[in-house]
Amino acid sequence: MELKDFKRRDVGSAYIFLKTEATPTDGWQAFKRFVKRTLKGELFVGLWIVLREMIRFDIHTLQYPLEKIEMGPRYRAIHRLLRLFESGSERCIGCGLCEKICISNCIRMDTHVDEKSRKVVSEYSINFGRCIFCGYCAEVCPELAIVHGAEYENAGEQRAHFGLKEDMLTPLDTFKAKQQKEFQGFGALSANADENVKQTPLAY
Amino acid sequence: MFDTAVIIETVVKAVIVVAVIAALAGFATFIERKVLAFMQRRLGPMHVGPYGLLQLAADGIKLFTKEDIIPQNAIKPIFMIAPVIAATTAFVAMAAVPYFPEFTLFGYTIHPIISDINVALLYVMGVASVGIYGPLLAGMSSANKWSLLGAARAVVQMLSFEVVSGLSVLAPIMMIGSLSLIDINDAQTGGIGDWLIWKQPLAFVLFAIAGFMETNRAPFDTVEFEAEIVAGYATEYSGMRWGLFFIGEYANMITISVLVSIIFMGGYNAFWFIPGGLMMLLKVSFWIFLFLWVRAAWPHVRPDQLMWVCWKVLMPLSVVNIVITGFALL
Repeated sequence: MELKDFKRRDVGSAYIFLKTEATPTDGWQAFKRFVKRTLKGELFVGLWIVLREMIRFDIHTLQYPLEKIEMGPRYRAIHRLLRLFESGSERCIGCGLCEKICISNCIRMDTHVDEKSRKVVSEYSINFGRCIFCGYCAEVCPELAIVHGAEYENAGEQRAHFGLKEDMLTPLDTFKAKQQKEFQGFGALSANADENVKQTPLAY
Repeated sequence: MFDTAVIIETVVKAVIVVAVIAALAGFATFIERKVLAFMQRRLGPMHVGPYGLLQLAADGIKLFTKEDIIPQNAIKPIFMIAPVIAATTAFVAMAAVPYFPEFTLFGYTIHPIISDINVALLYVMGVASVGIYGPLLAGMSSANKWSLLGAARAVVQMLSFEVVSGLSVLAPIMMIGSLSLIDINDAQTGGIGDWLIWKQPLAFVLFAIAGFMETNRAPFDTVEFEAEIVAGYATEYSGMRWGLFFIGEYANMITISVLVSIIFMGGYNAFWFIPGGLMMLLKVSFWIFLFLWVRAAWPHVRPDQLMWVCWKVLMPLSVVNIVITGFALL
């Protein structure tokens, strides 16, 4: 294939034309079409379909505040700061990459050097009023310290809603109860991915 | 002349009919929401009470406590009286409709009909047609173009379907020779084979279609179709005035269901082991369900299509039906 093949506009026989009904030209044809449409029973097909769905009772409603959808691991919602599994200390090393890469400039962190002359993160905040949840911060983090959680209910009273370090960091009691979930990584499949596999629509 | 007992009996019956039908009309709104939801794989109202049953009460409280707003440029007295016309005509039409077979209570035979007049069918259809003044006056007095369009459509629709419903019901009347609904019911006592639907299938279909038009229901809801004219004649209404329109519409649905059941489907005659009263309830319930079912399934027609189908298809068919019935009776 050369470029001129792609630029060819006269596809000619490559089109597949749908077999549509011919437009009636005289009164007799219009009458025949009217009778055919009247007696075709399409209306009853419609009635049957809605009745079938009612009898099947396959309700798709999720009663939201009582039931919640399980978010897939790819979902990017409110951030979480994770702890190391071995020691329980914070994973964040204060490298500042997330702060640097943030395209909406909403991450701010303060670091200092503690008495053991190690770099510690003293403050870490994300302005969720400005965050666009692009996921760059989690992608760039070398320690898998900042990841996206599944907490999507983030309505606030103020436009500038800040998430501080203590809001996002895994609480110690949660960590001790071994409730901290590891981030599966970008492109991870959900736990029930196999069940969700379907044939392509053309096949069924 | 009337004696006191008859007056008291009539008043009691009227109060019972108004109370029960108004309650049923309210309940029908809940049923409609549920049935439509199930047919669209939703759950419908679920939060107020068990399975959303108390949604009715919540809606009622909302309607009654809502502010009664009258638009600045509206013609106030007409605007205020229009929903009352819509609701009252719907209830007045029920005066000549029998609901159940007569029964005995405390040694007193009760005819479950307010007044058995000899022109019952004509009366019911006449009063139901007067009901069109509700939408008409509401639309014209609202000072709103959507309302005006709704009113225009209401009149256009009424002129179209009235001819069909009148002519289609003429053939059964010719066969029975009486306009009284009790006589029509008594003519079909001999089981399911005696139902007029077998002798007048065309009239049945035509009358059913006209009934859908008369109640402004789904395929013919041109008068208040949201996607085209907001809420039609009821655009400017709120609170209980709007609620009266609503009750009138559902009461009309019940009347049409009762009429079709009596004229074509054997009325309140007992069937096999099912008593007549239960039979009537089943038939009316089926028809109410059909109204909702059709709304869930079918798209709606344009006003011009409605007029086209009324004048060019349904009316000639009903005239042909009358001619055939006449020849058959000769």
